[in-house]
Amino acid sequence: MRTIFYILQKEFTQIFRNKSMLPIMFVMPIVQLLVLSFAATFEMKNIKIHIVDMDKTPQSRAMISKFKGSKFYSIINYADAYKIAENDLKTNKADVILQIPQYFERDLMKEDKASVQLTINAINGSAAGLINAYTFSIIKDFNSNILMDNYGQKIEMPIQINSSFWYNPQLDYKTYMVPGILVLLVTIIGLFLSAMNVVREKEIGTIEQINVTPIHKYQFIAGKLIPFWFIAMFELAFGLLIAKLIFTLPVLGNVGIVFTVAAVYILAVLGIGLLISTITNTQQQAMFIAWFFMVVFLLMSGLFTPIESMPNWAQQINIINPIAYFIKVIRMVLLKGSGFSDILPEFFSLVVYAFAVLTLAVRLYKKRN
Amino acid sequence: MIQKKDIPVIAKASPMERFGEANVVITVKNLVKKFGDFVANDDLSFEVYKGEIFGFLGANGAGKTTAIRILCGLSKPTSGELTIAGFDGYIDTEKIKKSIGYMSQKFSLYEDLTVVENIRFYGGIYGISGKEIRIRTEKLIEKLNLESVKDKLIKGLPLGWRQKLAFSVAILHEPKIVFLDEPTGGVDPITRRQFWDMIYEAANRGITVFVTTHYMDEAEYCNRVSIMVDGKIAALDTPDGLMKTFGANNMEGVFLKLARGK
Repeated sequence: MRTIFYILQKEFTQIFRNKSMLPIMFVMPIVQLLVLSFAATFEMKNIKIHIVDMDKTPQSRAMISKFKGSKFYSIINYADAYKIAENDLKTNKADVILQIPQYFERDLMKEDKASVQLTINAINGSAAGLINAYTFSIIKDFNSNILMDNYGQKIEMPIQINSSFWYNPQLDYKTYMVPGILVLLVTIIGLFLSAMNVVREKEIGTIEQINVTPIHKYQFIAGKLIPFWFIAMFELAFGLLIAKLIFTLPVLGNVGIVFTVAAVYILAVLGIGLLISTITNTQQQAMFIAWFFMVVFLLMSGLFTPIESMPNWAQQINIINPIAYFIKVIRMVLLKGSGFSDILPEFFSLVVYAFAVLTLAVRLYKKRN
Repeated sequence: MIQKKDIPVIAKASPMERFGEANVVITVKNLVKKFGDFVANDDLSFEVYKGEIFGFLGANGAGKTTAIRILCGLSKPTSGELTIAGFDGYIDTEKIKKSIGYMSQKFSLYEDLTVVENIRFYGGIYGISGKEIRIRTEKLIEKLNLESVKDKLIKGLPLGWRQKLAFSVAILHEPKIVFLDEPTGGVDPITRRQFWDMIYEAANRGITVFVTTHYMDEAEYCNRVSIMVDGKIAALDTPDGLMKTFGANNMEGVFLKLARGK
């Protein structure tokens, strides 16, 4: 125990003597939360629409004015020829082209039906889907106006859909993103600090000096782990505070549950970091491997895209993805107010995970080769 | 180059003369270390006595560092027998580690810790009590004249000071044996001389000093010297004995004859 105390004393002294440590601890969470929460949004605003109006009648202008009135669209150009509009689509000046054909008004009046053409840049499939849905709803609205004009009364659809949005009634994307970004923050701090640490002692050569001492492997690993554990827990608390103050993040559940799960989650992340650190020989190698896991785990974690829409095999991979467990838990607890019994499977998985990774890290750390 | 007249008189006294008996603290029998097909240590056998200054000489790549790393428990031997401070070199490596000190050619103190912090850390992990650490720290700082820099970071200290401190830290827990791997590399002659004074002092307290070097003048300070050529021990004797055998007036002559003779 005394040995661990001396290792801790040394580690803490070194960490806080490092001049870049305090900025990392305080600036990183603020920047990440502020920048990422606003930037990582799938809401579409400012859809750039190019309108080709070949009809130029009151009806076509009425339709155009619908788009003008929407805060989601900005009309970047009108053209008489589709070619010009298509060029805008190619050069990314426009996201979508709405073409109103000639005789649009005539067909609408005489035949009671007319068609328009939407051409959407679908390189980003989900964005294209959203544009389609938004545009569709505007045209639908326009349709019902026409019906009302023609029949003099509001026409009701046979099936009415009443949607109510639970857990995030304002459909605020930030509410959804901020808890995930807190996880990202804690993970980056924990994974990189620990992955760089042991290997740094290898590079400097001090690890040899440690290896000829009677230090036990578990003492060494614990001494490396505990300081980063405190730092990561602090980061989570600090990040939550910012989220609460700036984003007025709803905290429906018990924050104590979040911290309990975080305590285990951080152990798992630090374990992965130490594992990387013990099997590599240079900080550069450690950095590359840490990035590899970080990117794979992060993109599969459900932070940006729902896990449910991933193929089954990809979902299976998430069994070994600690980030996925914690993102799920933090969203459930903060946004849905889930209790401890609701997140028990995830908690248990993380306990097993942390135990396995740390055991492996201690095993693979060799005092003698 | 250090002049011969500078060598302290005590240096030449063998452990037998100083302690009246020769207790074996290191026994190596038929030690072999292979890296793949490359044989780094080829059938080494020797004994080292308590309080002895045992020199390990050889050109770069002769296998000195490999051997010292095996003796310290940093590297596993391929075959052979090994007893260090009374413990088996295969089974009791962790027990051995309590009885030895080690200072490598790579710098072994933490550059971002102060002098006092380094002493405290190494003292602590060897299980010295807090009170005892403070006492020994004070003594050490006084002895090395580090009063003015004791709270300065190691990275600001000149190399010679660091090496003397590293040696002192390596024997802070009063080990039976201290292993020094090219401890004076890159250090100026005056500091080297002071460094060797410290080695003699430790040896006189009964600490066995196992030192590798490629400075030939330093070899003459040792009680016994073994010269490694291509992973084998080519010669092992007192410096005087080696000079006599090879008909040379200094160790450099001995070394050149051995190296040429291969």
